[in-house]
Amino acid sequence: MQLDQLYQEIILDHYKRPQGRGLREPFAAGVHHVNPTCGDEITLRVALDGETISDISYDGQGCSISQASASVLHELLSGRKVDDALAVHAAFVELMGGKGQVVPDEEVLGDAVAFAGVAKYPARVKCALLSWMALKDAVAQAVALEKEEV
Amino acid sequence: MTALTIPAGMPQYDDKPRFDVERVRADFPILGREVNGHPLVYLDSGNTSQKPRQVIDAVARYYAEHNANVARSVHTLGTESTEAYEGARAKVAAFIGAPSVDEVVFTKNATEALNLVAHAFGPHAQDPRFRLGPGDEIVISEMEHHSNIVPWQLLCQRTGATLRWFGLTESGRLDESNLDELVNERTKIVSIVHMSNVLGTVNATARITARVREVGALLMLDCSQSVPHLPMDVVDYDVDFIAFTGHKMLAPTGIGVLWGRGELLNVMPPFLGGGSMIETVKMTGSTFAPAPARFEAGTPPIAQAVGLGAAIDYLNAVGMDAVAWHDKELTAYALDALDTVPGLRIYGPRVPVGRGATISFTLDKIHPHDVGQVLDSLGVQVRVGHHCAKPICDRFSVPALTRASFYLYTTTDEVDALVRGLDQVRKVFA
Repeated sequence: MQLDQLYQEIILDHYKRPQGRGLREPFAAGVHHVNPTCGDEITLRVALDGETISDISYDGQGCSISQASASVLHELLSGRKVDDALAVHAAFVELMGGKGQVVPDEEVLGDAVAFAGVAKYPARVKCALLSWMALKDAVAQAVALEKEEV
Repeated sequence: MTALTIPAGMPQYDDKPRFDVERVRADFPILGREVNGHPLVYLDSGNTSQKPRQVIDAVARYYAEHNANVARSVHTLGTESTEAYEGARAKVAAFIGAPSVDEVVFTKNATEALNLVAHAFGPHAQDPRFRLGPGDEIVISEMEHHSNIVPWQLLCQRTGATLRWFGLTESGRLDESNLDELVNERTKIVSIVHMSNVLGTVNATARITARVREVGALLMLDCSQSVPHLPMDVVDYDVDFIAFTGHKMLAPTGIGVLWGRGELLNVMPPFLGGGSMIETVKMTGSTFAPAPARFEAGTPPIAQAVGLGAAIDYLNAVGMDAVAWHDKELTAYALDALDTVPGLRIYGPRVPVGRGATISFTLDKIHPHDVGQVLDSLGVQVRVGHHCAKPICDRFSVPALTRASFYLYTTTDEVDALVRGLDQVRKVFA
């Protein structure tokens, strides 16, 4: 196995210099997700401005894959329309579920293409998905709350 | 350097029983394979052990030559299977010094054995020793595997009893300073781990046993990590129950053992109901067989029991004293070797005394998953995570640990491979 496929420079960069880390106010919804098999955790908040995700803030602990993934998520989806963000989300989930057979579209996934190698390691896919699943949960809650208020 | 170095030529050490590790290794087919282009370095025996050809062959031979269901057939194959299954029970009994073969209950694993005992307690138990309700207490410790925590938490939820626990000292040993207060007249059972699957600590039980006897409680030891590595005599230890599992001691998965004093087993209610565990069944009600059949409902793991018997033969041939001494020397070597890795911190006793061959550590701030992944790329197999013992991680304020655990086939060369691998980990994440 090629270790550098798993630990791409991009992933190590995001791990060592995470983007947008730290919990910020105000936020529309916040969630806490854990990976029960390894104990990795993430707290993630989303702020909405109309139909736009104005901020994704997060804090957590875990391996380089899970932490880098949250950093990429922040960079890629903050400021995007909710629908756009969910489309990117779907592409990332497809990539991670592809067992290394899915060719990622860099136009859509940006730095997240670096995780293509992770998809070949079934034990690590859940690490990469931790923050993304948290985001989906938080966005769904935020959108639901907004609808209640209208 | 913190570990003890054992001066050569000291008579007491020359007298220690030894075995040829290379000859032992030749019995384990899997140790010949490669992982990611490197020779396999298997340092995860605390998780599950590898299996010698003798065990693999015994299971295959059972299926090829004797296979039939046990305890119900009059035909030849059924008789042979029953003899093989009961023969395995006799080997287990002898291995742990059980006064009677009937005190050995086969379960699917140690978890089931622990749950079985927990389920004997309740507000309506016939025997007062198992009667449990509000005001009664159960004592465990902070170094338990989840399988010796959750069954007792569930029991306390069912009955209103209170769960209490021993804390840990900074060096990873049981804090017995409040023993007399913790174990008291309200205590019904103390259930603690014999050897920690994370810290490697081997708990000295004598003081606890004395206190348990003083207050009239019961004592259970989770021996999942100790029976595979240390000579065990349940009479010497003066315990009431022990639980352990086959797959950590060279045997197949799917076979575990509950040993209990016969007098206790026979007043305990059945755990699972079904075939084989009854005395007679009528539509209006049933009566139950004595132990061990009472606790072995349904077709048991027969081939797995036969495998466990073969594993015990193997361990006896090497000698458990020799296994224990091998573990000790290897642990002394590994503690010293790991001490040379910058940024490495060991959790648990740092001297090879009162501890087994399991060493957990952190490396700088590098997450154990990443440590494990880089080591795997070099063929080195270690466990990473919370090891089903999250309270230990909480106690020492770490999210996860990396663990290397050894067995009779582990060599000092493999410890060296681990140390070299850790240097590589530091390079990747520098």
